[in-house]
Amino acid sequence: MSEKIATRVAYGQALAEIGHDENIVVLDADLSGSTKTSEFKKKYPERHFNIGIAEANMMAIAAGLASCGKTVFASTFAMFAAGRAFDQVRNSIGYPHLNVKIGATHAGITVGEDGASHQAIEDIALMRSIPGMTVVSPADAVSTNALVKQAAKMVGPVYLRFGRMDVPVIYSADTKFELGKGITIKDGKDVAIVANGFMVSQAIQAAEMLAKEGISARVIDIHTIKPIDAEIIIKAAKETGAIVTCEEHNVIGGLGSAVAEVLVKNFPVPVEMVGIEDVFGKSGKPADLIEKYGLTPDNIVEKARKVLNRK
Amino acid sequence: MDEMTKKQLKKTATMIRKGIITAVASAGSGHPGGSLSLADILTYLYFKEMNVDPQNPKDPDRDRFVLSKGHCSPGLYSTLAHRGFFPVEDLKGFRQADSYLEGHPNMEMVPGVDMSTGSLGQGISAAVGMALAGKLDKKNYRVYAALGDGELEEGQVWEAAMAAVHYKLDNLTAFVDYNGLQIDGNISDVMNPEPIADKFAAFGWNVISINAHDFDEIEKAVEAAKACKDKPTVIVAHSVKGKGVSYMENQAQWHGSAPKKEQAEQALKELDEYLSGLENN
Repeated sequence: MSEKIATRVAYGQALAEIGHDENIVVLDADLSGSTKTSEFKKKYPERHFNIGIAEANMMAIAAGLASCGKTVFASTFAMFAAGRAFDQVRNSIGYPHLNVKIGATHAGITVGEDGASHQAIEDIALMRSIPGMTVVSPADAVSTNALVKQAAKMVGPVYLRFGRMDVPVIYSADTKFELGKGITIKDGKDVAIVANGFMVSQAIQAAEMLAKEGISARVIDIHTIKPIDAEIIIKAAKETGAIVTCEEHNVIGGLGSAVAEVLVKNFPVPVEMVGIEDVFGKSGKPADLIEKYGLTPDNIVEKARKVLNRK
Repeated sequence: MDEMTKKQLKKTATMIRKGIITAVASAGSGHPGGSLSLADILTYLYFKEMNVDPQNPKDPDRDRFVLSKGHCSPGLYSTLAHRGFFPVEDLKGFRQADSYLEGHPNMEMVPGVDMSTGSLGQGISAAVGMALAGKLDKKNYRVYAALGDGELEEGQVWEAAMAAVHYKLDNLTAFVDYNGLQIDGNISDVMNPEPIADKFAAFGWNVISINAHDFDEIEKAVEAAKACKDKPTVIVAHSVKGKGVSYMENQAQWHGSAPKKEQAEQALKELDEYLSGLENN
């Protein structure tokens, strides 16, 4: 886990790698240097369109392109993709099930210094409530590469969530990924830590800390929040009897909620949630904000102890 | 345009208007006013201009039409039905639970609908995307869109207007159904989008102003749009809301309400009288 790459960087690289497919069109809203769609633009400038600072317009233009058979990647910050353009994503992309991939970068508080106005902590809740929308939040560069390529191959709308901050590469290059299928990174029998995004690497550290206390923690990466891999979650609940969810998102409406929805319907066990506790973020260095909002291995360990007491 | 063609278009437009009344009256809700004001433009596009095939509604080479003012679905549905995309009889199911004719256009459910619309301002952006795809694929199809004048109050329309000029989309023609009324009253009282032609001109569009109910003017404008290179064309179509039904004409209250049974019968009678007038001429 020594190498660190931001998932947005891996996204840009993946787009450049699949760009030989002439059906792919990439849109950006004046942020191509930040979203890294600039990597695609370098190789395929004729299929990269800057729509300017007009995210709502971009999403509906993407819908129009997709209606003519294009595979469209539309990118901006998560805040504007899911927030500002929600109506366009819902009505012009989601409702007609058009083949648009929303590449939403700079999600969550690890945006850092830009502060709360740019830190989307609601995007997964918004996107997963749109019927038929696939929602993906990869943990590292390797899974990002694979999942972006799979999203490009499937027909239908996908919301892809990426981060600004460099994050550890946790997967080996030969790992197999499948949209909608969670990954058991580490087996364990006492508690299951279910995470996504950069919180997966925090969960791995937490599991190592718990091991020193003699607690065997399973770590599961739910990179696809929708459709969610109910099977792996139910299995974890049956075999460990306690779940901790970890996400860089409001604890309302995100991964924690999605996991809880699966459990209450199938196999209820105690759940604790690590995430943003229904407050807005703020400016600061990402590392300081991770501490401030409790997105730490320490907090995951604490929640694991708490959930174990509830078993 | 020769008189025979014009007469036939007038007849077709009247049949389409009858379909609008039938659909809205059957549903007990819907938007007759703006459907009736757009009826002649829809007739011209689908019966004279556009390359569309009811037997192959998804033909990748077809011309596209986006009803950005999606609430005027009765106008579009009646046009598509009379053009043969689905049975005219089905208009009676408009807005009902067992019908595919949604309150606002749904491209997955309704044959011939090129884009799902309803949330105002989005259709014109989608039309920009279609025109962009046409350019990318070096196809000759044209993209048409119809906007309401009240819809111009949506900021997204102007984002799309900027993009269409920036990418030189001369394969895009937008109509503004300029009937001067929106649901809360006169557009100039609610939130004045005027001067409409000047605004589009300032954004860099080729602007043509016409009478929306004169087929010669519609034809001339559409042909001029096709001849215009390197920029999109907007046809500012001065229209009468509720056109063709005496008691609906220029009345904002008919933006979004359905005629009662007797009112619908009167409307259909008026349209039939107009039709027999055409036949006897």
